[in-house]
Amino acid sequence: MLKVLKSGFYTSVQDLGRFHYRNKGVPVSGVMDELSVFKANTLLENEVTDAVLEITMTGPTLLFEEETYIVLAGAEMSVTLNNLPIKNYKVYQIDVGDILSYGNLVAGFRGYLAVKGGFKPKAMYGSYSFYKPITFANRLTDGDIVPFEYNKIFRPKISEIKVDSFLNEIVLEAHKAPEFDMLTEEQLEVIFTTEFTVAKENNRMAYQLNETLKEHAVSMLTSATLPGTVQLTPAGKLIILMKDGQTTGGYPRILQLSDKAIAILAQKRAGAKVCFKLV
Amino acid sequence: MISPKIHTKPFGLHAILVEWPMEVSEVILNNILQFETFLKNHCLEESDWEYVSAYNSLLIVNKKVTLDYASFSEKLQHWYVSMGEKKPYQKYLWRLPVSYEKEFGIDLDEISQQLSLTETEIIALHTSHIYTVYGIGFLPGFMYLGGLPKVLETARKNTPRMVVKKGAVGIAGKQTGIYPQESPGGWNIIGSCPVPIFDATKKEPCFVAVGDQIQFYKVSRAKYDLHKIEVEVGIYTPEKIKIDA
Repeated sequence: MLKVLKSGFYTSVQDLGRFHYRNKGVPVSGVMDELSVFKANTLLENEVTDAVLEITMTGPTLLFEEETYIVLAGAEMSVTLNNLPIKNYKVYQIDVGDILSYGNLVAGFRGYLAVKGGFKPKAMYGSYSFYKPITFANRLTDGDIVPFEYNKIFRPKISEIKVDSFLNEIVLEAHKAPEFDMLTEEQLEVIFTTEFTVAKENNRMAYQLNETLKEHAVSMLTSATLPGTVQLTPAGKLIILMKDGQTTGGYPRILQLSDKAIAILAQKRAGAKVCFKLV
Repeated sequence: MISPKIHTKPFGLHAILVEWPMEVSEVILNNILQFETFLKNHCLEESDWEYVSAYNSLLIVNKKVTLDYASFSEKLQHWYVSMGEKKPYQKYLWRLPVSYEKEFGIDLDEISQQLSLTETEIIALHTSHIYTVYGIGFLPGFMYLGGLPKVLETARKNTPRMVVKKGAVGIAGKQTGIYPQESPGGWNIIGSCPVPIFDATKKEPCFVAVGDQIQFYKVSRAKYDLHKIEVEVGIYTPEKIKIDA
C-alpha cells in the first residue's frame, strides 16, 4: 500500500488507458506521456500496461507501507527518499515506512512514479486510469491509499538508464487529420511557421494555444476525435485534445499528433512554446 | 438498394475515418452500422479494433497497429463493396420516463412564450416523437438524438448555465437529449429523467447503442421518485422494445 500524505496539485493513477468504451462516450484516459512511462515500466520489468502515478507540476508526499521497488520518470522534479535526493530512471529499493517527497519542478510538467508490478486501485472497465465518473475521483486526495503488491525479491537486470530527454523539444510531429484539406494557403503557412504558446487552459482533457489561425465557416456533423487531435474552432483557435478528451466533436480536425508529439506536449505548461511539423 | 458511396480520410497512424454523404438520415446511419458489424465479424476480427460511429462517419482505430493509409483505404473500399446486402442488426426502442414538473423543467415557462405553445403542448410534442441515437459522445452516455419536431426548435440559452443537473432533459436547435452527468450547458431544460444513461456501477455501463431509438414518456413526481429509488437499489430495468428494421 501507498499512503498519500499530501496529494500535490494533481496526482492520479494512470495506465495506458481504457479501451472499447469510446463508442459510449468514454475518453481513453491513461498516462499523458507514454514515452517516459514506458521506460520506467521497462526498468522495473513490468508489463507496459502497468499503472503508475501521474504527478502534475507540484508533487505529493507519499508513505510506503510495504516493500517494493520504484522508478521515477518524466518531468524533472526534485524528489527525496527519506530526505535524500533521488533521480529519474533509476531503480530504488523501498522499505516499509519510506517517505517519498516531491519538491520543485525543474523541467517538464508531468512526473511519473512507477512501482514494481504497478499500482492496483479498483479497475474499472479494464483500466486503472482515474476518470470521473468512471472512477470515484479524478485525482488522489490527502489520506488516500493506493494498493500495490509487495515485492522484496526483485533483482533488476538494469538498474539505471541514461535517457535522451525530450523535455525541451518543441516540435510536434503531426499527421493529416480528416479536415486537413479545408486549410487555406494562408492557414497552412501560419500553422507550420508559427511558434505557438500553450494557453493557461491546459489539462488532461485538452491543450489550447494562444495564437490563432484565420477564422473559418466550415461546418461539419459531429464526428469522432482522438487523443492528439488538433481541432480548429470557427474563431481560429487551436484546441488539442489529450487523454481525457471527448470522444466526438463538431470542430474540424486538421492535424493528428504523433504518439511522441502527445508526450512532448504533455510535458508543457502555460507559456511554453510549440510548433507543428507535418510528417 | 444501392449503398451510398463512402470515402476515407487519414487520421494519424492508428486510425482512419470513413465518411458517408453529409446528411442526417437513418438510411446512412443503418449503412454505417451494418458496415461496422461486417468489419467486426468478417474483416478486422482482432479485438484491438475499436469503432466510433456518429451521424455520417465511422472511425476505425487500433492503437496497436501502424496503418498504411493508402492500402488500408483500398481494403476498406473493397470490403464495403463486398459487404452486399446485410441483414440489419438488432436495434431497440428505449422508453424513458421524464418528469416535466416545474422543479425540473426550469425553462418550460420561457420556451412556452418563445414558441407560443402551452407547456402541455410542449410536453405532448416532446413525448409523442421517437428519436434516433445518431451518436454517443461529448460525455460518457451523452446521446446525440435526431428527430425533434420542428415546432420545438429553440435557440440555446444566451448564457450557458454553469451547472446543469445530471438527468436534465433539454432541447436546443434541432436536438434534444439528457445530460448524463452534472456539467455546464446551454440547452433549455424541460424535465428530468431518473434513469441514468451511463451507470459506472453496471457491468455494461451504457444500455443505449448508436442506432437505437428513444421515446420519452411523462411520469408524475411520485413515479419519478420511485424510479429513482429503483435505480439506486439496482432493480430498475429500462423498458425496451425490439425494432424490426
